[in-house]
Amino acid sequence: MIIKRTELSWLERMYFPTLWSGLRVTARHFYDTLFRGGRVTMEYPEQRWTVPEGYRGAPYLVKDAEDRTKCVSCQLCEFVCPPKAIKITPPGPAVDPTTGNVEKRPREFEINMLRCIFCGFCQEVCPEEAIFLMKDYSLTGLSRKEMIYDKEKLLSLGGVHNDQIRKWKKKEAEAASQEAFKPE
Amino acid sequence: MSTATAANTETKPPAPAVETVRVKVDGRVVDVPRTLPDWQGKPQPTTMLQACAIAGAEVPHYCYHPKLPIAGNCRMCLVEFGTPMMGPDRKPVLSEDGSPKIARSVLPYEPGTPRGAIACATPISPGMEIYPSSPATKQMREAVLESLLINHPLDCPICDQAGECKLQEYSVEHGQAESRFAEVKVHKPKQVDLGPRIMLDDERCVLCTRCIRFSRDVAQDDALGIVNRGSHNSIAAFPGRQFDNNYTLNTVDICPVGALTSKDFRFRMRVWFLKETRSVCASCATGCNILISSREESVYRYEPRQNDAVNACWMCDSGRLNYKWIGREDRLLNVRSSRSGARAWAAVVAEIAETLRSAPQGSVAVIASARQSTEELYLLKKLAAHLGALTDSVERLGEGDGFLVNADRNPNTNGARMTGICFTEVGIQIPKIAQGIRSGRIHTLIVFGEDVTRHGIDSETLSKVSTLIVSDILPNETTRRAHFLLPGCAYAEKRGTFVNAKGRLQRFLKAVEPRGEARPEWEFLQELVHQVTGENLGPGFEALFNRMAKDVPALASAGVEWGKVGDLGAPLTL
Ligand code: SF4
Ligand code: SF4
Ligand code: SF4
Ligand code: FES
Repeated sequence: MIIKRTELSWLERMYFPTLWSGLRVTARHFYDTLFRGGRVTMEYPEQRWTVPEGYRGAPYLVKDAEDRTKCVSCQLCEFVCPPKAIKITPPGPAVDPTTGNVEKRPREFEINMLRCIFCGFCQEVCPEEAIFLMKDYSLTGLSRKEMIYDKEKLLSLGGVHNDQIRKWKKKEAEAASQEAFKPE
Repeated sequence: MSTATAANTETKPPAPAVETVRVKVDGRVVDVPRTLPDWQGKPQPTTMLQACAIAGAEVPHYCYHPKLPIAGNCRMCLVEFGTPMMGPDRKPVLSEDGSPKIARSVLPYEPGTPRGAIACATPISPGMEIYPSSPATKQMREAVLESLLINHPLDCPICDQAGECKLQEYSVEHGQAESRFAEVKVHKPKQVDLGPRIMLDDERCVLCTRCIRFSRDVAQDDALGIVNRGSHNSIAAFPGRQFDNNYTLNTVDICPVGALTSKDFRFRMRVWFLKETRSVCASCATGCNILISSREESVYRYEPRQNDAVNACWMCDSGRLNYKWIGREDRLLNVRSSRSGARAWAAVVAEIAETLRSAPQGSVAVIASARQSTEELYLLKKLAAHLGALTDSVERLGEGDGFLVNADRNPNTNGARMTGICFTEVGIQIPKIAQGIRSGRIHTLIVFGEDVTRHGIDSETLSKVSTLIVSDILPNETTRRAHFLLPGCAYAEKRGTFVNAKGRLQRFLKAVEPRGEARPEWEFLQELVHQVTGENLGPGFEALFNRMAKDVPALASAGVEWGKVGDLGAPLTL
């Protein structure tokens, strides 16, 4: 879409009104700091902004209420990620007897936080609601390696997501309820 | 295709004129042949599906496969059609403008409702009109897809087929977005162990029976069937039987959904990351055409590529799974000369050239491998001819199975014969070479891609050789004893050609980068030949191939050129 610029009136073209409104802000802060004891700067990083709802910070993995990794290693986020920050190692053909009816989950899941641009595509594409952009906006580390977050770290930072999907539990229950009718 | 084909067909009698039938597809007039070859190549009346394909209208289908007998059970290919109306006098009824009136096929008890027919099994007739994109056809497709999805698990995020799944594709193209199914889906067995290489997910199966027909009619091993009734229909191996013939993995390819999965490829990579490279299987002399799927320089799977002159749509399991050695940890990675301690290609090649130039005529022998490309064998032969060297390669025999697997397990024996590396009988020079070494007449041995200690030249004889020049991919007794070691490439890492058992020249292309310092053999052989004989066969691969195509009589008579060989190869007269 092309948006047409509106013509400036002659008053606007003189710049004085905009200059004046800028000066008003400066004057207000000046007055506030001087007489009201209010502060406009923040002692970062001891003090931090609380970011609003829906803020897009660093992406982390979440677990479901049964403490299962929600991610199924579909690699859609790896595919969609514009800066190629995500690297997933799929589990391979071996069946893991300890995971019950969970058929597939990532063997390794890495996000390079130096590359991640917090765009949220991974969260949007994820069919399992397993990855979310959380509120962390300032990530630091002493080496590049440290900034590549692995599966354990991502899961512990992401915590539990209490939604009603519970894919594996429901599948298990449904299949079990049909056992009785299973023609054998 | 290539001029080779033209030259070969010249002698045959001209094909008889094809009898055609005129039909209309979506209102467009097309003339299609009256008969077309069926899955066995026998002429059969052309079907509506084939007529639509000729007219450029794809009809979605699951159970139909050009290389399998027709079953007509999935109903995905339903289309609306019409035939010319016949009067009581058996003459076509004409409309006012003189064109024949078309009777759209309708339900007998409900003349207002169109009746579709399965395009895969309905032969065409003259004047027929097919409507692959009419509203009625669309509705039929929607209904079929809806019924297929009733109990489908929608496992796409964990399903290996996702990305190459016909159910996904047709659902997007012809299905509806919303599901009206409110009940609980029927659950069927998952992760069923069908055989050593196949795992089945019964919930995802659309019961097209392609796998059953393939095993019964193509692999001649009637191992699979459908058990249970209604929604509980599932594919299973007969009780007490394993689905374990040498062609099982083809069912994974033809299964239109993710029901049959390869245990080897299962959960290893999503298909949309895979790069496909056209290549040729190197596990036997048949030379099945394949696609190599790779990602980030590692190979994930082989799949057959259709070539009706060689392997149709199939390949054997042993060939398909024979790729793991390419990524083995113990690959030879470094070039070395244990004489001078040189560790760089240029220095080592120059040193070898120096040694060979000063070698007296007849004091050198070459043992090449029929697993090497024709170009490399040609270069080795050039070198040998200059040095007056005996040459041969190693025979590798197994058992043929009468279908695809050839008893000759070397992919390029005919290439070795053609270039003059070996005689019709492979390996008869090796005892002579061994004798020559023992008598001290031969003191320089060039070995490519074979462990000669296991093929007629024991380690004791080998230790008598004063200069041993070896190129290989994996370490073995011969490479350990080498004075000059030149790490080579797997065929997936370079370009080249093989000549298969039937004398078909086939190209393979590069899928992944060579490991370490390894270089394609043709590359350093070209340098070596240049330095020893003064003859430059380059520059580059294509020039080398085209040069060889002029030099080797079998290639010259077929008039091949790299650019003209094509993806399906060119037949040669050997
Ligand atoms: S998109 Fe979701 S389920 Fe798929 S790999 Fe990424 S986090 Fe896992
Ligand atoms: S068979 Fe196709 S539609 Fe079914 S789960 Fe697999 S990818 Fe999805
Ligand atoms: S397993 Fe696959 S090939 Fe076999 S019937 Fe089912 S859908 Fe068809
Ligand atoms: S493709 Fe025609 S019925 Fe299956």
